[in-house]
Amino acid sequence: MDGLKYTKDHEWVKVEGSLGIIGITDFAQHSLTDIVFAELPQKGRQVEQGKTAMVVESVKSVSDVFAPVSGEIVEVNEKAGKDSGIINRDPYGEGWLFKIKVRDASELGKLMDAQAYKKYLAEQAH
Amino acid sequence: MGLKTPFFEQHKALNGVMVEFGGWELPVYYSTLMDEHNAVRNNVGLFDVSHMGEFMMEGPDAEALIQRIVTRDIAGQKLGQMKITVMCNEQGGIIDDLTVYRLGEQKYFFVVNAGTMPKDFAWFEKQKKEMNAKVKLENISMQTAKLDVQGPNANALTKKLTDIDLDAIKFYHGTEGKVAGLDSIISRSGYTGEDGFEVYFPWNRAQEMWNAAWQAGKEFSLKPCGLGCRDTLRLECAFMLYGNDIDEAHTPLQNVYSKFVSFNKGFVGKEALLAQKENGLAEVLVGFEVSGGIARHGYEVYGKDEKEKIGVVTSGTLSPTLKKNIGLAYVPEEFAAEGSEFKIKVRDRFLPAKTVKIPFYKKS
Repeated sequence: MDGLKYTKDHEWVKVEGSLGIIGITDFAQHSLTDIVFAELPQKGRQVEQGKTAMVVESVKSVSDVFAPVSGEIVEVNEKAGKDSGIINRDPYGEGWLFKIKVRDASELGKLMDAQAYKKYLAEQAH
Repeated sequence: MGLKTPFFEQHKALNGVMVEFGGWELPVYYSTLMDEHNAVRNNVGLFDVSHMGEFMMEGPDAEALIQRIVTRDIAGQKLGQMKITVMCNEQGGIIDDLTVYRLGEQKYFFVVNAGTMPKDFAWFEKQKKEMNAKVKLENISMQTAKLDVQGPNANALTKKLTDIDLDAIKFYHGTEGKVAGLDSIISRSGYTGEDGFEVYFPWNRAQEMWNAAWQAGKEFSLKPCGLGCRDTLRLECAFMLYGNDIDEAHTPLQNVYSKFVSFNKGFVGKEALLAQKENGLAEVLVGFEVSGGIARHGYEVYGKDEKEKIGVVTSGTLSPTLKKNIGLAYVPEEFAAEGSEFKIKVRDRFLPAKTVKIPFYKKS
């Protein structure tokens, strides 16, 4: 998906002004298979880049979702909390997870763009 | 790298996601766990369980030796009948749970867990020696492959593979005969809570069975099933998983196997179990439901006040059939009554849980 920034842990962030909308990538949802539970973070919580922001669970496993950028959680996707299947069905759209008020925009420079992420996935596959 | 079953290449060809389990490389799922779980509940699925261990025992002292090894009374076990039981060490700790098939007057067949197979066989040999029993004891684990066909359509599918009158085989019974042209042992049983068959056949001719099963399975949309759904299916039925729910640190009196302890005969561990019965149980295994998250193996159980740790979760999952978070945990005996409330620590939250009746799921 063009216009998004990606982490090596397969999160994406879409920056709109000072807000970052965050979710997990299609690769991540596919690797998890059926997501049956999303433990959303608390609104108002400060998260740090690369640190656990929340967890998603499949039947078999628990996976951390790391914050792609530091900042304050200002909104969470209650819909994904109620029906975590939308993370599988629409990871870049309806299945977004939370929004962050970005603390330091320069952190975005550490992330990959769509092309770099694609290349990273191809490398991971070998 | 773990041991490989004869179907390793087939698993890879079916895009099985391979994991190590009990020293073996096996598929955890092929499509998704949910798909495979639902296929077994509603249609039919095929499991490669060739990793399981198999022993054969034959001779005049077979019954006496088995009576010594296992806690359940097998006197009067009918030909073709299989019984689930456990074997204990002198302290009453569970060495393994196993099934005992009676194939002939003096001929028995045993199925044990993969990870425990070496210690189990050593234990069998030790008991044989101590009793000086006249039996021939063979470990045929590495010559015996196994496939399980499980689900409401298992009977219709398996009929296409054999002339054996499957309708005449009652649940927890089996027979020797030809399946897909191979000398096999087949029983009507399984680890899923559905109707189904477990088939044991020669390792070196396993491909023939595989091909025949898939050929027969075409019209039923047979699905390959991995360890992932095997675990969720068995947990919905509260079937024990060795190493999780039962182990040498627990006795059969503390879990569902208490009903298979026969004090009317001698067996290894009997004195320890009698003493435990006398002194009371430190903890017992209960089924629970938990709200607000999934409780998994190893998570801690607390009293309602969230202050004192009272136990530990041995197995837990979201139940794909019931859409509830279910599990098993060892807790003090006062929490064994249905409706008893406690908390389970899931990451940094204490989630409310209550004791429920097991099995969680029963075939209608």
